[in-house]
Amino acid sequence: MIKFFLMVNKQGQTRLSKYYEHVDINKRTLLETEVIKSCLSRSNEQCSFIEYKDFKLIYRQYAALFIVVGVNDTENEMAIYEFIHNFVEVLDEYFSRVSELDVSFFNTVFHSTWQAHSSPYQESIDELPKICSALEPQQACFSPDSSFKGAASTTPIY
Amino acid sequence: MVAPSLKLQDLIEEIRGAKTQAQEREVIQKECAHIRASFRDGDPVHRHRQLAKLLYVHMLGYPAHFGQMECLKLIASSRFTDKRVGYLGAMLLLDERHDAHLLITNSIKNDLSQGIQPVQGLALCTLSTMGSAEMCRDLAPEVEKLLLQPSPYVRKKAILTAVHMIRKVPELSSVFLPPCVHLLHERHHGILLGTITLIMELCERSPAALRHFRKVVPQLVHILRTLVTTGYSTEHSISGVSDPFLQVQILRLLRILGRNHEESSETMNDLLAQVATNTDTSRNAGNAVLFETVLTIMDIHSAAGLRVLAVNILGRFLLNSDRNIRYVALTSLLRLVQSDHSAVQRHRPTVVDCLQETDASLSRRALELSLALVNSSNVRAMMQELQAFLESCPPDLRADCASGILLAAERFAPTKRWHIDTILHVLTTAGTHVRDDAVANLTQLIGGAQELHAYSVHRLYNALAEDISQQPLVQVAAWCIGEYGDLLLEGNCEEIEPLQVDEEEVLALLEKVLQSHMSLPATRGYALTALMKLSTRLQGDNNRIRQVVSIYRSCLDVELQQRAVEYDTLFRKYDHMRAAILEKMPLVERDGPQADEEAKESKEAAQLSEAAPAPTEPQASQLLDLLDLLDGASGDAQHPPPLDPSPGGALVYLLDLPCAPLPPAPIPDLKVFEREGVQLNLSFIRPPENPALLLITITATNSSEGDVTNFICQAAVPKSLQLQLQAPSGNTVPARGGLPITQLFRILNPNKAPLRLKLRLTYNHFHQSVQEIFEVNNLPVESWQ
Repeated sequence: MIKFFLMVNKQGQTRLSKYYEHVDINKRTLLETEVIKSCLSRSNEQCSFIEYKDFKLIYRQYAALFIVVGVNDTENEMAIYEFIHNFVEVLDEYFSRVSELDVSFFNTVFHSTWQAHSSPYQESIDELPKICSALEPQQACFSPDSSFKGAASTTPIY
Repeated sequence: MVAPSLKLQDLIEEIRGAKTQAQEREVIQKECAHIRASFRDGDPVHRHRQLAKLLYVHMLGYPAHFGQMECLKLIASSRFTDKRVGYLGAMLLLDERHDAHLLITNSIKNDLSQGIQPVQGLALCTLSTMGSAEMCRDLAPEVEKLLLQPSPYVRKKAILTAVHMIRKVPELSSVFLPPCVHLLHERHHGILLGTITLIMELCERSPAALRHFRKVVPQLVHILRTLVTTGYSTEHSISGVSDPFLQVQILRLLRILGRNHEESSETMNDLLAQVATNTDTSRNAGNAVLFETVLTIMDIHSAAGLRVLAVNILGRFLLNSDRNIRYVALTSLLRLVQSDHSAVQRHRPTVVDCLQETDASLSRRALELSLALVNSSNVRAMMQELQAFLESCPPDLRADCASGILLAAERFAPTKRWHIDTILHVLTTAGTHVRDDAVANLTQLIGGAQELHAYSVHRLYNALAEDISQQPLVQVAAWCIGEYGDLLLEGNCEEIEPLQVDEEEVLALLEKVLQSHMSLPATRGYALTALMKLSTRLQGDNNRIRQVVSIYRSCLDVELQQRAVEYDTLFRKYDHMRAAILEKMPLVERDGPQADEEAKESKEAAQLSEAAPAPTEPQASQLLDLLDLLDGASGDAQHPPPLDPSPGGALVYLLDLPCAPLPPAPIPDLKVFEREGVQLNLSFIRPPENPALLLITITATNSSEGDVTNFICQAAVPKSLQLQLQAPSGNTVPARGGLPITQLFRILNPNKAPLRLKLRLTYNHFHQSVQEIFEVNNLPVESWQ
């Protein structure tokens, strides 16, 4: 079972964090710094699976961003490794060449449509963009008193 | 009046613009104050924006609990934008420990029944993330209804919500069990994936559900087969493998269903073989599927050929250049090594190569696996590799490596001298990392090996002369020099170069140890006692020793002071007793914990051999057919009896087994077989507590010039007796009197029937394979009466 999913950059700033088991808020920052420290200290030749306390960490580096998934013992590490890549490909589709900037600004979009904790492989490559784009027209017709009008499909709402 | 509030984008820009942590905190605190004010004022228009900013700040690690009530208000609003942020806030900020979470139950219920997909989706998402037990119980019927809706988007989410509910409230399994079988027939991958996860949860929680779902194994097999054999499907394929995630989940479910269940396992065998051979392994996705297949094969009752295939796949993984794959291969081989030991042995060279890895996790795994693979036939080669590794390994692995080497050396040492050498080498390389009892073990070992006293003391003296910093080494060396100082000074030892050692040098060395600041108090104690013992062993006068001893009479360390005072008194007043007191020590008995450990080890060995009856059974039945059993043809194979079910009882029998030196056997040994220097002897023991039990130890020795390899001994007895063979100590007997193979037979003879024994031996000798079948004559009467 996935315990947490983090996207942290090399300086240690968290761009996205999703916890599937309750962790106290002050412990979260601690956890994130420790995790990123152990990922940063590994070179390119070392393998992507680390044992950390009672989790297994599976990480992948994309440019300056580390995506780290913490799982318990029963998961297939290589399938999670593939899942991380799948996720990045989905983001790539949605944002057309995603960058760290996109992730920082639009993380709320993922949160509200993502239900990955129990079945991590739920989103196939095309599904998330379909869902996200399905949302925008729905909003326009659903709430007649919505304050925005005619939003383009990729404009953020806020 | 109120300044227009920042949009989320702008807030993020500001935070990114902050150069230091303090600046960032300032910006955030200011913004939080604004947000709090806005919540107090109750502005409905911008509420969602404020909450979005608050959630971002929360993600960065700042407290955001004051936003909880706002989430509720936003969820209750009718605008989608509000609901979206409200639900998001609920997922992140509310959880079971705050009572406020129950308040959203009603809103969720309304939203679930409204029929607008995105809203239903949001509600289901939130429920599955933070739903507590009460909420789940209340909302279960709604979710169940949604399982049957036509739209796959909502159904998927409903299934995943059901998974969460079952985790929280296992009693709801009865609600969600019926739709599962129906859902398996869907074609939509998302629904299938969710259903399989749901079934896994149900099976894990109740054995009744497990039995129920065994029926769907054929269905699952069919789905997986279609996945594997259909070609490229644009929606779901990743680097050529069609939906690897679904494949992996199906394999995992098959593993759960097939565990301990013959029938299901058989249905899956073909499919597993097919997946294993057809998956493309050039990319990671294929390797992930293959790995899951291997795990499944290992866990179910698979055919022997399939297990060998699994081990070979793992061996292939080991040779792959990608480190991730090697890591998973090493982890799985470690799990396999107990049950398929011989298959894993074939990959030993590759495993040993992995020890050289620079990656810490890989080398740790390789070390564990190598230690597990050591057995009596490869112990010398493996120890060399492991010792080389010990010299170069990172410090955190040293302790494990050192203790592993010592343990393996204890179990499999071919000769005492080799054992002493190995321990010595470990102590010199990694002395500070060994366990505390290593010193005691080594002294006891040396004490017991009388012929090696001279050799050990010479070696230890040399080692000590080079380096006095490794404490365990220094302690052992000091003890040895004290005990066997006379042998050291004689200077002739045929096994190493003769070294002329002067008395003065020895004393100087011991004094150096005493004075060095690196020595622990315990070490000093050893050195002082050694000096004292030397006073009787050496020929010269004892002035120097007396001097040293009297210096330490005023030492600050109480222990040393006491020793020094006592020794000094010995010199002055009791000189006539000195020689007697300082005689050579007798062999120290191995005490309690050691015997328990050995008993535990033999019990584990017996349990392993209980697992081994599965392979020995077919052997035994073939053997019996071959041998045309003694009192008439036997139709049915003889099943070795399981060990006494109560572990206490088994332990009683095993403690009777000779772990320590054998008590003299009242029944004489019997030589039963001799051919070209290979001899087989039987020795009998009748434990007094159990008159029906007979223990026979067969010993195979080799006095010829060629090695005996692949030695296997099988036995048959009349039907009224029960025979159990335990695992042999090895299957190789080196030439010219090398370490013999021993194997234990247990025969239960409750009716005191006459004992007859037929043996079948197969081995390779002088490059020929030999097979001998014979009945043992002249069995002593005392063995069965």
